[in-house]
Formats: sequence, structure tokens, C-alpha cells
Amino acid sequence: MPFSIPKEEYMMSGHTACAGCGATLAMRYVMKAMGEKTVVTVPASCWAVIPGNYPNTALKVPFIYTPFASTGATISGIREALNEEGKEDYNVVGFAGDGGTADIGLQALSAAMERGHNVFYIMYDNEAYMNTGIQRSSSTPYGAWTTTTPVGKDRVYKKENKKVVADMMMAQKVPYVATASIAFPEDLIKKIQNAKKVKGPKFIQILSPCPPGWYFNSENTVKIARLAVETRIFPLYEYIEGKFTLYKNPNPLPVEKYLEIQGRFGHLSTEEIQKIQENVNKRWEELLDREKGKVIT
Amino acid sequence: MVLVPTAYAPSSNNKTSSWRTTKPVIDYGKCTRCMICWKFCPDVAIGVTQGMNLEFPNERFAKMEAPYIDYDYCKGCGICANECPFDAIDMVQESEM
Ligand SMILES: Cc1ncc(C[n+]2csc(CCOP(=O)(O)OP(=O)(O)O)c2C)c(N)n1
Ligand code: SF4
Ligand code: SF4
Ligand code: SF4
Ligand SMILES: [Mg+2]
Repeated sequence: MPFSIPKEEYMMSGHTACAGCGATLAMRYVMKAMGEKTVVTVPASCWAVIPGNYPNTALKVPFIYTPFASTGATISGIREALNEEGKEDYNVVGFAGDGGTADIGLQALSAAMERGHNVFYIMYDNEAYMNTGIQRSSSTPYGAWTTTTPVGKDRVYKKENKKVVADMMMAQKVPYVATASIAFPEDLIKKIQNAKKVKGPKFIQILSPCPPGWYFNSENTVKIARLAVETRIFPLYEYIEGKFTLYKNPNPLPVEKYLEIQGRFGHLSTEEIQKIQENVNKRWEELLDREKGKVIT
Repeated sequence: MVLVPTAYAPSSNNKTSSWRTTKPVIDYGKCTRCMICWKFCPDVAIGVTQGMNLEFPNERFAKMEAPYIDYDYCKGCGICANECPFDAIDMVQESEM
């Protein structure tokens, strides 16, 4: 039958995410791939409030809250404790936002990856601190409006480029690294299944559009995530024990297609959009070079 | 060490139907049972059913599993209607509350 992803649900209805939340789709797919024998931990983020007030939970597996900076430390501890109990077969998953990963949690993440625990770190990337009201993070892309990069007559929009944590993880030679998108759940789930075969730390960054934070209508969440891949704004790749594979869409769309349906980019001039296009082209060439074995980092 | 069970309440105790201003309605005459709507619902509000008294485009469909909207949880985001490749879902205004 036409079920292209597992039917089993480990995320429940009745959660408090905004209508059309991309981060919620990310969790739904991640859990479908992980299965029942899984322990999840989340730091301060939207996903810390999505399950609802205590004692509510939106997952059918153990779910542990951790302080904002601590996801990497918490997955390390849970992993080693479960191993002591002989539960090596459980998946240990940290599920953190971009603020909790690219900014405040970066040290704990890098340390956990370096120690080599057999864990999953999933970064759901909605490109700003959404839970506290859309403040910029280092994972916010160039050109975006946020409440801390406001666009009035001074146009303080974000002038710095996006820090891509998955690229940093490859530089650190983490055994499994991938980028994924909620618009391609089959690919996302396949990547987690591939990651499960790798013993050691695994890092997956999932682009997760946010209707209120990016200023678009909720029905466009999946469409925008798809456009991010089709315009090569958010390339999909997989890096398994040093081998890098890039998903190559043959007919890329111009970046305007992605930018024009999001209010956060509505203020950009033609020159600024051109600059974004040039950066996308340059990064694409770098990724192709990486695939050919010319290591960039 | 004894693990003490902690309190636990599934989020599905909370109905989210009042969040909605428009609701998706499936035209089963157009629906091909591709399940793409089911795949992309962030609220797990699209279930799978068989044998409901649905309208079928042809007899072959009678044996197939079909999507149905769980209006207790649907928040009316519109993703299902937008992603349906066969234009089989309409977003309909909820009546005045
Ligand atoms: C140490 C600490 N600083 C600040 C906060 C407040 N806080 C809670 S959630 C959040 C934003 C999280 O952003 P991100 O990690 O991107 O997740 P998102 O909310 O976007 O899902 C902040 C700043 C906190 N809980 N703890
Ligand atoms: S603010 Fe964005 S990420 Fe947070 S729950 Fe709403 S849609 Fe999801
Ligand atoms: S996406 Fe459309 S055609 Fe496919 S199962 Fe849903 S309603 Fe039917
Ligand atoms: S409108 Fe949104 S919440 Fe409602 S069934 Fe469709 S995808 Fe799910
Ligand atoms: Mg965020």
C-alpha cells in the first residue's frame, strides 16, 4: 500500500505546537524511525512546551527535560547509565533547537561527539529562538528579519551568514552526519536507519520551517521545506565514516522562489537576493568538491 | 535501584479542535488513497480507515485504506489540502462559534 514511511506513531495528537509546526513533523518522523526502544531528551526550546504542562507528554517513550546548554551532556549520561543496566539496544536521542545547538549547547555537543558515546543528536533547525519570540541565532540565515535583527527604517536584518552545525560536525569527523528535511520524510527516515548501523555519535540537522517565526501561512510549511532543497538553500547530504554523498537536484530553482513566500525576507532588495544566490552557488561548488574528495575543512 | 513510576498523561487528552478557523474536508470521489495528507499532518490528526461507507471513484478503491480527518485534533493548518496532489481536500470555513 502507499505508505512510504512507517505507520506506527510514537508522537501523539493534542500537543500544543502551533498549527503547521515543522519541528513537530521533524519529531514525528524521527520517532517513526527510532521506534519504541528509545529515550528522548529535550532542552529549553519549543519542544519543551509542545508536550503540554506536567504531567502531559506527547511521546510514547521516556522523555526527559534538560537545561538549555546540556543536551550533549545529558545524552552522554543517559547512554552510559543505560549501558550499565545492559540496555545497549536502546536509542538515546537528544532533540534540540538551533539555539540550543549552534549557540548555547555547542560545547556540550562537541564534547559528547568527541567522547564517542553511541547517541543521536537531532538538531531541529527553525533558524531562530522561536520559543522566546523569534530572536536571531547563529543558525539564522543572512537576510532574515528577527525581533533582534528588526527591519525598520534602519534595516538591522541579519548581516551574518548561517553557521551550519552539520558542517562543523564533519570537521570534527563525527562518524555519522546528515542534513534532512521535513519535506522528504522517506529520506529523513532512511538516514536515521543508516545512522543506526553506525556505532558512535550521530548528528542530524533537520530544517523545520516555523510559520509564525518565518512569517508564512501554515499550509506552506512542507512547501517551503521542499523549496529550501530545490533552491539549494539547504542542501541534503549524508556523511558516513568519512564518505560524503550529496543529493543533487538536477534543475535548481532560483533562491527567490524560496525567499518570496516568507515574510522574514520580504524586505530584501534585488542586490541582496543576488548576494544570497551567489553564496548558495559557491557553497554548492564546495559541497561538490567535498564529494570528489577535495576536503574543505 | 527501583524505578518509581512518575505521573503520565498523554497529550491526546487535550482536544485541539477549537484552534481551528477552517477545516479540511476530503472529497472521497477524488481521493486516490495516496496517503500523502496522512504523511504530512503535524498533529497526527489524519487516521487510516477501511470499510467506511465512503464514496469510491471506482470499485478498486473499496478495498483500499482511506484517510480520514480526526476533527478532535485537527488545527486547520491546511498542509494536507496544500500537499494533496489530486486536489481532493478543501479547506472549509468553520461556522460562527
Ligand atoms: C540558560 C537559559 N537561557 C535562556 C532560556 C530561555 N529560553 C527558553 S527556550 C529559548 C529559545 C530556544 O531556542 P531554540 O533552541 O532555537 O529552540 P526553539 O525555541 O526555536 O524551538 C530560550 C532562550 C533558558 N530556558 N535557559
Ligand atoms: S513557534 Fe514555530 S517551532 Fe515553535 S511551536 Fe510554533 S511553529 Fe513550532
Ligand atoms: S493526499 Fe489527497 S488523494 Fe492522497 S490520500 Fe489524501 S486526500 Fe486522498
Ligand atoms: S489541516 Fe493540518 S492539522 Fe488538520 S488534518 Fe490537515 S494537516 Fe492535519
Ligand atoms: Mg530555534
